[in-house]
This record gives sequence, structure tokens and C-alpha cells, in this order.
Amino acid sequence: MSRRVPVRAGGFSRLLDLRLLAVCAGALVVGVVAVALSVSVGEFPIPLGDVAATLVGSGTFSDEFIIVGLRLPRALVGLGCGMALGVSGLIFQTLVRNPLAAPDIIGVTGGASLTGVAILILGAPPALLPLGAFAGAVASATLVYALAWRGGLSPYRLVLIGIALAAVSVAGTQYLLVIGDLIDVQRAAVWLVGSLGGVTWAEFWPLLVGLVLLLPATAALARALDALSLSEESATALGVRVQRSRLGLVVVGAALAAFAVAAAGPIGFVAFIAPHLARRLTGLTGAAVLPATALLGGVLVMVCDLVARLVLAPVELPVGVVTAVVGAPFFLYLLHRANRPVRGG
Amino acid sequence: MSLRAHDLTLGYGGTPVVADLSLELPPGSVTAIVGANACGKSTLLRGLIRLLAPSSGAVLLDGTELARLGTREVARRLGLLPQSPSAPEGLTVEDLVARGRYPHQSWLQQFSRDDQHHIDWALEVTDTAGLRRRSLDALSGGQRQRAWIAMALAQDTETLLLDEPTTFLDMAHQVEVLDLLSDLNREQGRTIVMVLHDLNQACRYADHIVAMHRGRIHAQGPPSEVVDAEMVRTVFGLDVRIVPDPEEHTPMCVPAKRRRRRVDAPEQQPTVT
Repeated sequence: MSRRVPVRAGGFSRLLDLRLLAVCAGALVVGVVAVALSVSVGEFPIPLGDVAATLVGSGTFSDEFIIVGLRLPRALVGLGCGMALGVSGLIFQTLVRNPLAAPDIIGVTGGASLTGVAILILGAPPALLPLGAFAGAVASATLVYALAWRGGLSPYRLVLIGIALAAVSVAGTQYLLVIGDLIDVQRAAVWLVGSLGGVTWAEFWPLLVGLVLLLPATAALARALDALSLSEESATALGVRVQRSRLGLVVVGAALAAFAVAAAGPIGFVAFIAPHLARRLTGLTGAAVLPATALLGGVLVMVCDLVARLVLAPVELPVGVVTAVVGAPFFLYLLHRANRPVRGG
Repeated sequence: MSLRAHDLTLGYGGTPVVADLSLELPPGSVTAIVGANACGKSTLLRGLIRLLAPSSGAVLLDGTELARLGTREVARRLGLLPQSPSAPEGLTVEDLVARGRYPHQSWLQQFSRDDQHHIDWALEVTDTAGLRRRSLDALSGGQRQRAWIAMALAQDTETLLLDEPTTFLDMAHQVEVLDLLSDLNREQGRTIVMVLHDLNQACRYADHIVAMHRGRIHAQGPPSEVVDAEMVRTVFGLDVRIVPDPEEHTPMCVPAKRRRRRVDAPEQQPTVT
């Protein structure tokens, strides 16, 4: 059976992969179910029927407050963060040709952590947290890129300078945690793991704007990303403007991660796992898995957040704890697999 | 289609690797660039396909400087097989070959009938159609090299540049790849330019040989005119006898019998007790 079908209409053509389509549809269904559950369960459980009634505008006042005011923004921010992180991870893994890469390598997480914690510890208004984290992420990514630039960008320099700068950010962050008041430090610690607790529509709208701008930009750069994943020489021979495309991809990838970190703190391992999950489930490589990565990233954060809310209820865990519990063993598994000798020759 | 270089100087900062080189590649022929290690042959190839910008001089494609043509425009006319191409883990042959269509595609148009036709043809002609769903990592060296050539062919360029296409292959696969290139040239009139290590292969498969020595062209022309003992001594620093190839009657180099040299075992150090 052919699992690929050409689709053509006028000036439009694609090779449609049916398995990719099935994975995306599956992820979409799981995503909808997870959002519904996430809105339904909690300290005040609301039956799914009432959830539906509320969403179409005929629910009770208290249901509406809990669902629309508290739980829905949380669910949607989780979904959006997962999408942004997953796609960002796919971009960096493909760009530096390393399956263990994540947006951390361009310093996004480190920079955002430093400025975010600074705001929480040094007594700035907490409302500045998303903006501060975003600014830190962008500043740090720009610095890494500028330092790595030497008449062109080499992925290796990017990774090494990213690691060096991350160490500097961690040092700064830890210094702040040491000098801070205990209550502030505790809040900072929760934020640093990545948490959807207390997330409101104020976090959702900027994230939505980010996704609406950056996901199409990623799709536009997807073909160049595929060509670049071969080698710089092959990409040039294929007619890709290598440095321009690379800059575009780094900017888009860093910005996606920055929007996610600004909304919910640096949720770990999602950017790293989502692309692997997508590749494993679809059997595809490269930018083709982009839609599946976005959806699976969203679903991953949603499901992890559900677990984080329920496993020790009524105590809520930060979602980053659950993604780390899932992600760390997966990381080790991949490392183990990557170290095995490759067959063929 | 003509590809030519005039007064081309190429380098990586510091002393130029290729200096003031002028060259016209005969269209519709197979050209082999030969020379000793580090003579600048791969650098010349990189310059010819804009991987390396000239520090002076220019490469002209149909009379227009490469630097003035859009990179996509060049990609529709010049294809490349790099020396050691790399692909992401798990990429299938079919998806690799499809990437060759990049310069002909746009965001809307990513799998036109034309794309499909060229991909199928490239798989067919390189005898990789049966491997199309296999992952590149799971192929033998010869199969993998054919898949890469298929990608370059899917790009549908009149000229194909190859950097040592046979280097990591065993003898049977080397012949297989060179036969394929030769057929493409004969049947379709495609211009083939390749850097080759093996002078005998170059003599056998090329219509035109460019022998490089220290960043300059030492001699060029048909193998029978260019390849003689004198040339090989200068370019490769090796004494050879030239005999006709028993199969194709092209020149063939056989290294001269050498005088044996004594190689003594290292002297035993007296053991201290």
C-alpha cells in the first residue's frame, strides 16, 4: 500500500504522507480530550457536559468563572508552549545536526532564567515577569549568535558558545537565589522548573501572537532547513542562501522558545522530546514532521500538566517536574542508542 | 552551456591554493581534474560551483559571472556531489533524491508532476528505485553513492560536478559509478566534471584531463595527448611507464620498478641488569 499520495491543484502541489496525517489527527484528538479533561478536573470537578455548556455560553456563573477565568487559559497556554517548544527543538536539532540539541544551546533558557529570577528576587513588579523573561531570552540569544559569528555561522561554534554562556547565566541565577528572600526564592524555584500554575489570559495572548507569526515563518523556512540538514555544501549547491536561511531559522527558533518561556517559565525537555516523538511515530525525518511536532509538543505539555495537577492532589506540582521525569530517562535512552556502533560501511 | 574560469585565484585566507588559473570546460564532455594531494583540485572544484568565492578573477557560466547569478539560477544549471556528503539519520533514499528538486520548487509547488517525473527517473537510471524506501544508513557504500548521484540528477542540471566520487568505494563500485556517469554523458550529453584520484580511471573515462600542480594547470587536453611519463613525474612525483590500457587502449600508468632499499630492524638497546 502506498502511504504517500500526491495532491495537486493548480499551482499547488504536495506529497501527502498518510501516516503523518494519521499521527496529526491522533494528536489533535488527544489534545482536545486533554484540554477538556484539564478544564473539567480539579478541586471543583465540573462534569464534561457542563464544560461543553459553559463553552457555548450557557453555563452557570461559577462554572464560567472557573473554566473561562482559570482553567481554560492554563490549558491553552500549556498547549501553546508545547507547540512553540517542540517546533523550536525541531529547528535546532536539524540545524546543528544533533538529535540531543534544544533551544537551550542558543542561550534562550539561560537568559530568560536569569532575568526572570532577577525580577522575582530583586522586587520588580511580578507583572513584568513574562516581558523580562522574553527580553532575557532574546538578549542572550543575540549575544550567543553575535559571539558565534565569524564571517558566517558554524553550528559547532554556536553550540560551544551557547554552553559557555549558559554556564554564566546559571552562575548569575544561582547568585540571585542565594541572596534572595526565602519566599521569593521559593517562587523563583517553581518558576524555574516551568509551571502553568496561576497562568491567565494575560500570558496567553502574547503567546498566541508569537505562534501566529512564527509558525508560518517556520513553514516558509522548512525547505531550506531540510537542505541545510544535508551539509552546507549540498545546501549551497541546491541554491539555498545558507547564511540568510540559517539566521532566519535561528531567529525563529529562539523567538518561539522565548515566547514559551515568557508564558510559563523554562519547561524542560519538551523541545527535546517532541521532535523525537514525531519522528518515531511518523517514520519521517526533517522538516516534514513539523506539524506533528507542534501538535505532539502541545499534547505532551497538556498531559504532563494534567498529571502534575492530579498525582499529588490537592498539591500541584510544576509541570516542569513531570516533563523532567519523562524526559530525563528518554534522554539517557537516546544517548545509549547513539553510542552504539552504527551498522553499514 | 559553458563553464569557464579566468584568472581565478582561490584560497582560505593566507597563501592562495589556486592561483591565476584560466580554464574552459568543454561542454558535453567528461572532464577529470587530476593531481597530487593538496594540488588545489578540490579547491578548484569548490570555486567552480561557488562554494568558495574567488579572491580575484571569476567563474563564468554561459558568459555571466557566477556571483552575479542568483544562487537558485546557478543551482538549476550546476549540480554537485560533494566529497563526503552527509544526511540526517533515518533519511530515506526517496526523500534524499526529492531534495534535489529544491531549486525547481516553491513554497506552493513542492511536488509537481515534473518533480515526480525527475525523481522517478533519477531513481531508475541510478538503479536505486528498489531502495527508495530504505534508509541511507542501511545501504552499502556503493548504493549510498548511487543515491547521492540520484539526488544530483534529480536537480536536472546540464552540468554535474563531482568531488572524488569513487574515493571510499571498492573497485567494483568504483567502476559502477564511473560507468553510470559515462552513460549519462553519452546518452544525455550532460557535462561531467570530476576530481579523480586515480589517473588510470581518469584516462579511461575522461575526454579531457586537467592536470594540476601546485595550484596551477600543468597540462590539459585529451588523455592520449596529456598523459605521459614526463607529466606524471612532474605532477605526481612518480616514475611510471605508460602502456596502453589492454581494454580501452587509453594510456595507463604503471609505476616503474623501483630499487629496493634496505630497512634494518631498530638496533637493540643493551639491557641493563
